[in-house]
Amino acid sequence: MSDRLRNLPAKVYAGAAAVLVLLALPFYLDRFWLQAGLFAMAAALGAVGINLLTGATGQLSMGHAFFLAVGAYGYCALAGDGADGLAGLGLPGWLAAVLAVALAGVAGGLFSPIAGRLHGAYLGIATLALIFIGQHVLFNAHDLTGGYNGRAVPPLSLFGLTFDDTELLVAQIPFGAVEKLWYLGLALLLGGVLFARGVLRGRPGRAMNAIRDHRIAAGVLGIPVARHRAAVFVLSSMYAGLAGVLLALVFQRTVPEYFGMALSLEYLAMIVIGGLGSVAGAVAGGVFVSLLPQLLNRYSDALPLVSAPGTGGIAPGEAARYLYGAAVVAVVLFLPGGLVRLAARKSTEPSGEAR
Amino acid sequence: MSTFAEFLINGVSLGSIYALIALGFVVIFRATEVVNFAHASLLLAGGYVTAVLHDNLGFWFALLAGVAGAALVGAAVEFLVMRRHRGGDHSVLAIVTIGVDILLATELTRRIGTDILALGDPWGDGVVTFGPVTVAQTRIAALLAAALLITAFLLAFRYTSWGVAMRAAAENQETAALMGIRLGRVSLGAWAVAGALAAVAALFLTVFPTPGLERGTALAALKAFPAAILGGLDSTTGALVGGLLVGVTESLATGYQSDLAFLGRGIGDLAPYLVMVVVLLIRPAGLLGTKELARV
Repeated sequence: MSDRLRNLPAKVYAGAAAVLVLLALPFYLDRFWLQAGLFAMAAALGAVGINLLTGATGQLSMGHAFFLAVGAYGYCALAGDGADGLAGLGLPGWLAAVLAVALAGVAGGLFSPIAGRLHGAYLGIATLALIFIGQHVLFNAHDLTGGYNGRAVPPLSLFGLTFDDTELLVAQIPFGAVEKLWYLGLALLLGGVLFARGVLRGRPGRAMNAIRDHRIAAGVLGIPVARHRAAVFVLSSMYAGLAGVLLALVFQRTVPEYFGMALSLEYLAMIVIGGLGSVAGAVAGGVFVSLLPQLLNRYSDALPLVSAPGTGGIAPGEAARYLYGAAVVAVVLFLPGGLVRLAARKSTEPSGEAR
Repeated sequence: MSTFAEFLINGVSLGSIYALIALGFVVIFRATEVVNFAHASLLLAGGYVTAVLHDNLGFWFALLAGVAGAALVGAAVEFLVMRRHRGGDHSVLAIVTIGVDILLATELTRRIGTDILALGDPWGDGVVTFGPVTVAQTRIAALLAAALLITAFLLAFRYTSWGVAMRAAAENQETAALMGIRLGRVSLGAWAVAGALAAVAALFLTVFPTPGLERGTALAALKAFPAAILGGLDSTTGALVGGLLVGVTESLATGYQSDLAFLGRGIGDLAPYLVMVVVLLIRPAGLLGTKELARV
């Protein structure tokens, strides 16, 4: 037993240390950083989902923002108590969250006649429709979505713990919404990452990669190509739905403008920057792209060329877009495989492995 | 009846503009098999150059400069980015164009800001009346210009050596290369032509009755995507059919939107995408696209 413990790869220790640090962070960081971290976790979850679809199966999707919106608004509608005049079923928060994720899956399933039959970039254009349909519904279905002004997100409660700003003292540290949500986000992200790794390493993952690399050969081998494509699309939309629920809980208000095309492009940028087809890459890319604008915003005074919005220079949001737009191009040109390949290259160099 | 005729004419005119954009998109796809998501940004670039220069150069030279500018941007994208990655996975290349689109769109929207730029076209808000039917001059100009350009393009595509090279490259890249066709030049040409067509389209997307060039113009240009895909991505005729279908649907849906009020405001902007979804459900390869057959 002790032998096995000693033989554990360094990676496991590093992972355990990282988890411990992440668990300790709410005791030390202030609200801004925790919120930024939560956005990064939600983005990472969504990126893991779209990476299953685009990275592992080769199916481009521009409609990811739509499924995020389904998750976020689905949660609001299911958990809302109707007190603000908007439709709400008043379900308990955890049930609403689960059902919202399922709802995103159903929405993905409804698109499966198209998602199963189109491949690659064709699907990318077809899914553009989802964004515009989504925006149209969000702005027009007032009773459900609150229209332009969006709607407030009811707080989640789980096992008697409510994730709102009522303060809870843990070891002398007041725990508000972000501190509590931090742990929920970590748990969800960990679960999501492990599940995606399981999918990718098992039979479905092999089938997905086979479809991406050569879908006719995959079909000849007996892989039901259309069914797999549709299934991955559903799975990826459920990940997006989960990310949407988490985002809604952090924002505490959902507004339709957020779920536009720019958001879908951001998610595609994340997986390219991080590394197509890899779970760790999706997480890295998600963290990078979602933290970038917030960091630039926070330190806009100290950075050259970047200035606060409305003062004439390049606003932090725009600077972030330049950076990750350039990063997408640069990564594909100079670092195929993304950030994970960078890490992998370093760790495999001593052993002389080519790839 | 006369309002219906007006909607129809406006729709055909709008559709011919979408067809122009979609044509460029299809040309790039056929020459390089890359789906170019940066197309709307190319269009915005052409429109922006025209809008900035028309005070100094006069409208026609500014338009020429806009066309040249967009062609140059297209060629630059091909030369600096796409060429470095030729032969790569097409899905990845499509994502690269998304990266390019993020860059171009950010730069252009930052420059345009919240302004609405006029392009200084000579038609203004003049109208032409045929009996009971009133049509804006700009719509007629758009229709004529699009018809002229599309005809010229199709003729060139069929009869010039450039067109033959382009079609050969689309048919089979390896064989074309072995026959001495320079693929790099073909793809550079495709991007430049697509940019030029998009710049002309930018003019007609921003003249009367639309207020002018603004950041939202790129969204209008995006409707050429459903046009291209519902016609069939690899078919130039399909781009025309798709463009017209999308234009007419949008015009009718916008025109009769008071009757369609239950669908919510702005249904006209959504209509192209709904048509696309319906067509793709029935024919996944588009109306005129080649159904994919492969030998293993």
